[in-house]
Amino acid sequence: MANPRTRSARRTLTTFFVLLLAMAALLAGATRWSDAEWTPKLGLDLAGGTQVVLEPQLAGGQTVNEGQMTKAVDIMRKRVDGSGIAEAEVSTQGGNNIVVSVPSGTPQAVLDSLEKSSMMRFRPVLVTAPGAPTATPSAGGAASPTATGSAATPASTPAAATPSAAGANFPAAALRSPAATTPGATATPTPAATPAATSAAPTAPAVTPGAAVTSAPAATAATGAATPSAKPTDPSDLAWVTDALAKQFTDLDCSKQPDSVAVDDASKPLVACDDTGAAKFILGPTEIEGSHITDAQAGLATTQSGATTGQYVVNITFDREGGQQFYDVTKRLNSLPSPRNQLAMVLDGKVISAPSVTQGAIAGGRAEISGTFNSVTADALAQQLKFGALPLSFTVQTKDTISPQLGSDQLRLGLLAGAIGLVLVVLYSLIQYRVLGLVTVASLIMAAAVIYLSITLLGWSQNFRLSMAGVTGLILSIGTTADSFIVYFERVRDEIRDGRSTAAAVEAGWKRARGTILISDAVNLLAAVVLYLLASSNVRGFAFTLGLTTVIDVIIVMLFTHPLLSILARTKFFGEGRPWSGLEPERLGVDRNAIRYRGRGRFSAPTASSSTSARGTRGTRGGSQVEPDDEPVGSATSDTPAIPADADAPVNPDAQATPDAPAAAGTRRRRPIHPSASGRDPQEGAVL
Amino acid sequence: MNGFAKFGNDLYTGRRSIDFMGRRKVWFALSAIVLAIALAGLFVRGLNLGLEFTGGSEFRVSGVTNLSGFEGRAKDVVTRTSKTQENVTVTQVGSQGLRIQTEKLDDKTTQAVANAVAKEFGVPASAVSSTFVGPSWGQSVTQQALKALIIFFLLVALVLAVYFRTWKMSLAALLAMVHDMVITIGIYTLVGFEITPATMIGFLTVLGYSLYDTVVVFDKVKENTHLAEITGRQSYSQAANLAVNQTLVRSINTSMVSIIPITVVLLFGLFVIGPGVLLDLALVLLVGILVGAYSSIFIASPILAWLRESEPSSQALAKRARKFQESRGGRANASGQLVLPDGELAVDVPVVEGAAPRSVASSGSSRGGSTGSIGSTGSTGSSAAGTGSRDRRPLHPSVQQGGPRNQPRRTPRSQR
Repeated sequence: MANPRTRSARRTLTTFFVLLLAMAALLAGATRWSDAEWTPKLGLDLAGGTQVVLEPQLAGGQTVNEGQMTKAVDIMRKRVDGSGIAEAEVSTQGGNNIVVSVPSGTPQAVLDSLEKSSMMRFRPVLVTAPGAPTATPSAGGAASPTATGSAATPASTPAAATPSAAGANFPAAALRSPAATTPGATATPTPAATPAATSAAPTAPAVTPGAAVTSAPAATAATGAATPSAKPTDPSDLAWVTDALAKQFTDLDCSKQPDSVAVDDASKPLVACDDTGAAKFILGPTEIEGSHITDAQAGLATTQSGATTGQYVVNITFDREGGQQFYDVTKRLNSLPSPRNQLAMVLDGKVISAPSVTQGAIAGGRAEISGTFNSVTADALAQQLKFGALPLSFTVQTKDTISPQLGSDQLRLGLLAGAIGLVLVVLYSLIQYRVLGLVTVASLIMAAAVIYLSITLLGWSQNFRLSMAGVTGLILSIGTTADSFIVYFERVRDEIRDGRSTAAAVEAGWKRARGTILISDAVNLLAAVVLYLLASSNVRGFAFTLGLTTVIDVIIVMLFTHPLLSILARTKFFGEGRPWSGLEPERLGVDRNAIRYRGRGRFSAPTASSSTSARGTRGTRGGSQVEPDDEPVGSATSDTPAIPADADAPVNPDAQATPDAPAAAGTRRRRPIHPSASGRDPQEGAVL
Repeated sequence: MNGFAKFGNDLYTGRRSIDFMGRRKVWFALSAIVLAIALAGLFVRGLNLGLEFTGGSEFRVSGVTNLSGFEGRAKDVVTRTSKTQENVTVTQVGSQGLRIQTEKLDDKTTQAVANAVAKEFGVPASAVSSTFVGPSWGQSVTQQALKALIIFFLLVALVLAVYFRTWKMSLAALLAMVHDMVITIGIYTLVGFEITPATMIGFLTVLGYSLYDTVVVFDKVKENTHLAEITGRQSYSQAANLAVNQTLVRSINTSMVSIIPITVVLLFGLFVIGPGVLLDLALVLLVGILVGAYSSIFIASPILAWLRESEPSSQALAKRARKFQESRGGRANASGQLVLPDGELAVDVPVVEGAAPRSVASSGSSRGGSTGSIGSTGSTGSSAAGTGSRDRRPLHPSVQQGGPRNQPRRTPRSQR
């Protein structure tokens, strides 16, 4: 086994098995310490799931039309699809309900995100106050010891919401400023933010496409009193705050109705709570509509030095118009006193973030939303923003678990059919390729192992679900996977037909087959990637399976089949093309008694028909030094350089005399060398 | 199996050659007829879309206490009452509810089905509600998928054009693929099966398979035609024909290996499992793979040869090849290989006096019948020298002289 020629092949095989073991170990670890399972996760049709019926919220005699429903279904489908490869089903029911069926185990945040209309609007803050009406507004109140509790506390238990804690909640954020690094323009807000750094500060939203920080002190509702009666000139004008609005604002108790959805009219000012209920706002008319958002990505916030802060944010990109509007707004707000320098991001009538603009206008059309996000909620918000607002808001009417649409026997029978198919494929390849077919079998088994591990791992990490169509696709991928082996084997056979030795044919055949396999798999991979990125629903699941099996096909043929075959080609059984090896030159129509070009200016002379004549030839040639090398000359490979006695091939007499001859004999076992090549050629001999 | 191996060998050497290129009018006509039938089926019968595409009726049964075997019972009742066979899905909702979806039923049938279901499950008629459900695979999903497909076509055309360095191969591959798609969908429509999401996925798989198959054949065509351009012994069509012949065994093997599991799944679907995802997918794939294998050989390559033949460089090559073949006796087969009157492959080199042929002759006579059965079946009366050299590829005279050809030599050690 220590053949140096197979070293790289053995190394590749080792790499493959290490990879396989690593995957198995990862799965074992994930099963042990995480929530992974040893079996792949099954899709809606095989394992059942949850069915949510959503009903549109209609005010008064409002009716829904078909267009709105279609749009809503599309957006919901995108939202579900955006969160993985779960293959959810979204359809309408009875004309005005939407039914969403998702496989069990879909994160709650994804389900919650479905019913939200996700109308995102950017409004300037006019007046702000703590969410609970009992709280006395104070300008940047001192940090009271109660605020050291988690910031979630003010939201859930309003009694604990001290003015300072709530006040610190928003002003701690600033545009272009990571809230946690607030240097503290005034000493007071800082302590308020700092004790709650883990909770209050993440709550404090910050739009941070850039530089430093000034903590804006909390504003008071008192500013609202200074209501000019003049017509408002811009959305930040306090003239928007009418007496009625001020009263509405004073009466608003965010802690009591955390779920109340304000009527969000883009052209009018809005009284709104923040999403934790800790603060309330009077907001000017809409500056930028959420429809100007072209992309939204969840990610980790980074500081200016590029280090992540561990805080989840949603990065949004505006289109050209939105970017210009964002620039104009931030430019204007920058010059305004607090709290009117804050820009509120209002999602479904609730302020999810209200950072202040302190560092001048922000160009470039990019912004970052921070808030109380974790990876799941940040992702969900990003999906909601990216795929646009629903034309309607929905409420959950019913939510039930549903049984699989296909009985478990379907899966069992399908797998049985697959197993039978596999056995038949094995039989066929054994008939076609004899023992070489076993290489196919081994490769298919390895492919199956890798696919199984991948799907199970992806089910754990990416919530990948195997539907019945996916199972069928996998059964059928047996054929396409086996095809790369067939392409390879046929190329090797072609090379043998051309007269190469088995070992040489394997290498030469591989070089040619590799190109074919790579380009044809590249086409499949291209199909998978394009369909995955652009299509929706079931097509995505198919594309994913196709891409996965294609990549695994390449991995198997490169890391397993080829090295295995090149090692086998150096065994006697395959290397000499014994009967049933599948590489017998005779069966491939090669005349062993033919002169063939063997490369490098050498030719293999015809093998003698009987071993005696060959041995006789050798005897005269190599003498006793060759004779002990009792290679079975009779069954010698086609490239054994035995020369018939009657052939006046230019055997250099020098060759026998030179010390090269024993060396040639020694290497014969691996690679027979033609006498003319092992010795010096006649002309050269003459020179000598 | 020996016969198949021999068949493969003959195809490889070009001794036996099926004229795929020359008879292209036959293949094209055949395909045109099938395409016409498929298109007619498409337009006359139309696509039989499943409820996932069109929406359908849904029944909800609540308060069911006896749920044992609910799926079969519900299906029985619904098919019996509504007289529809296809696509009844039954799902358990919650602990006591059932959801039955069928294709869209008219009001009268809906009422009848609702009553029958209520009776079957022993619940009052009021516990069965019926609604219309919208498509879960709506228009927009189809549009998205089509958009993705068109972008994929463009990209694939680009990739293949770059890889093969000619847009004509891209065009031929895409034409073959469209050919496969239309025929597959057409046959599916003619059979009258319902199109479900599984079928759509099947169509996509067929498309991928068709391209894959064509690319494998074209890769060999590229190799052979490149060689022909250097040697000038074959015209473009002949070289392409040889490539198709040489990959024929691969095509047969690949198709067999793909078809075997599909056939098993299909049989299971037909006789054991019943209609469903498995059957839908298996049928579409079986048809698709057969058509795909056919088109990569009979459609894609002849189209390519047809496209390339008119090029000036190809015509020049054809002229060179004709000249060469005429100088060697003129009997070239469809792959441009010279064939002797007795059907054996001619060695393009006449027998040369000297050492090597002599050795061939002697070995040819001495090896007896052991290898003769495999090697040359038609080696009866011809000369011994011919017997030995006929089965293998022709050798150039210069190589038969025995010794090594001119090649770089090592400087003798004494002179280094």
